[in-house]
Amino acid sequence: MGAGHSHPLYLPGASVVHRLPAEVKIVAAFLTVLCVVATPREAFWAFGGYLLLLAAVWVAARIPPGWMARRALIEAPFVVLAILLPFTGPDPRFDWAGMSLSQAGVLGAWNILAKGTLGVLTSLTLAATTPMRDLLLGLQRLRAPALVLTIATLMLRYADVIAGEARRMRLARIARGHDPRFLWQAGATARGIGSLFVRSYERGERVHLAMLSRGWTGTMPTTGAPAAARTQWIAALAVPAVAAALAVTGMMTT
Amino acid sequence: MTTTDVAMHMSDGIVNAPTSLIFGVISVLFVGLAAVRARADLDDRTAPMAGLVTTFVFAVQMINFPILPGASGHLLGGALVAILVGPWVGTLCITIVLVVQALLFADGGLTALGTNVFNMAIIGVVVGWAVARAMRGLARRSRGGLLATAFVAAFVNTVVASLGFVLEYAIGGAAGATTGTVFVLMVGFHALIGIGEGVITAATVGAVAAVRPDLVHLLRTAPRVEQPVARGEGTQA
Repeated sequence: MGAGHSHPLYLPGASVVHRLPAEVKIVAAFLTVLCVVATPREAFWAFGGYLLLLAAVWVAARIPPGWMARRALIEAPFVVLAILLPFTGPDPRFDWAGMSLSQAGVLGAWNILAKGTLGVLTSLTLAATTPMRDLLLGLQRLRAPALVLTIATLMLRYADVIAGEARRMRLARIARGHDPRFLWQAGATARGIGSLFVRSYERGERVHLAMLSRGWTGTMPTTGAPAAARTQWIAALAVPAVAAALAVTGMMTT
Repeated sequence: MTTTDVAMHMSDGIVNAPTSLIFGVISVLFVGLAAVRARADLDDRTAPMAGLVTTFVFAVQMINFPILPGASGHLLGGALVAILVGPWVGTLCITIVLVVQALLFADGGLTALGTNVFNMAIIGVVVGWAVARAMRGLARRSRGGLLATAFVAAFVNTVVASLGFVLEYAIGGAAGATTGTVFVLMVGFHALIGIGEGVITAATVGAVAAVRPDLVHLLRTAPRVEQPVARGEGTQA
């Protein structure tokens, strides 16, 4: 149990991108994806431009492309939805390799694939270069409500504990010959979830008492890195600025 | 593999930018309201209790259920948390899980966060709660009634949450399918998922009610006694 200080997508490093304050990176990532989403689907070259832009960030952050590509597979389930579109889309249709495909459907599938992939790659870049506590600190600097942040902090601290408990329950079931195949055989798993809830809730009650005994007043003490400097904002916002230029050019040319 | 979250965690690019922003604003406002009301439900215990319930939701989404050989899904948990901890804490928990999944696990697009929160944390929990609340008389009468309530709440919540997606798609869909096609696909698909969600939710609520019925928010009649009236009465929603 790593005491909840890191997360599986974090790639430790000390590059320029790693050193940027988290709030700057969150804003830059969000704005970049917003530009990607706002780009017309017909501006094919613009999406290539976004990929180059991200690749430049990866070079600066020293993230190997292969590392990125493996983790980008998280998107794979969504591809299924996109693959349906050419078949279910409206007319006009055209024939390709013996299949009748909808023109709008193919464009729609491309739209989801391109934007979805770029979105996942941007999120991955953010996650790879930002440790968990910095992300929370960044959200705090972006004025997220204190209560929400405290809950999120506690959640991330205890995620390993509760997930470990769930894992042990699963092992215990398997050790007793549990091998469910159909939904109506899920009773034991569901009862396991029931007791997981009771255990989590009771742990919450104990954690609350422990926090009170250590002087909990209702808010987390603030600690951590200094706030972002103006130069850091400018450096990070250069990425969405390029993205915005691509998006605007895309809108003008299509 | 995980059929359930395939259709639910929207990626970037499914709806256009203005729609993403509008639903982002709606979600921020509603979650703010939920944060205020959750405090009234739990007062100074809010942070640790909601923190652990959120962790629970997070862990539960990693547990796979069999559906058919070769196919499995996981619980979304909207109706489950609504029944167990009430609508406000529930909304807060699911929202935080979605934000963490988007930021730390790249699961669900950053610009789709508003629509995802709207569908799963707001519609999902509120509808699940509304159904459960309407059937509360039945739920309190017997164990069978409670299980039926949990099943119906989870089923309706899953189907209505998919209608949220259809609504967003109708407003700002950025793909080439007609709203009618999307409606049929999404609602049909989610009616199937909803049955699974309903069965698991009912079994889970049943398991909690058997051990600690006092923890089931839906079954509570009076404000909890363990918190003396320090902040004025009537804080319990």
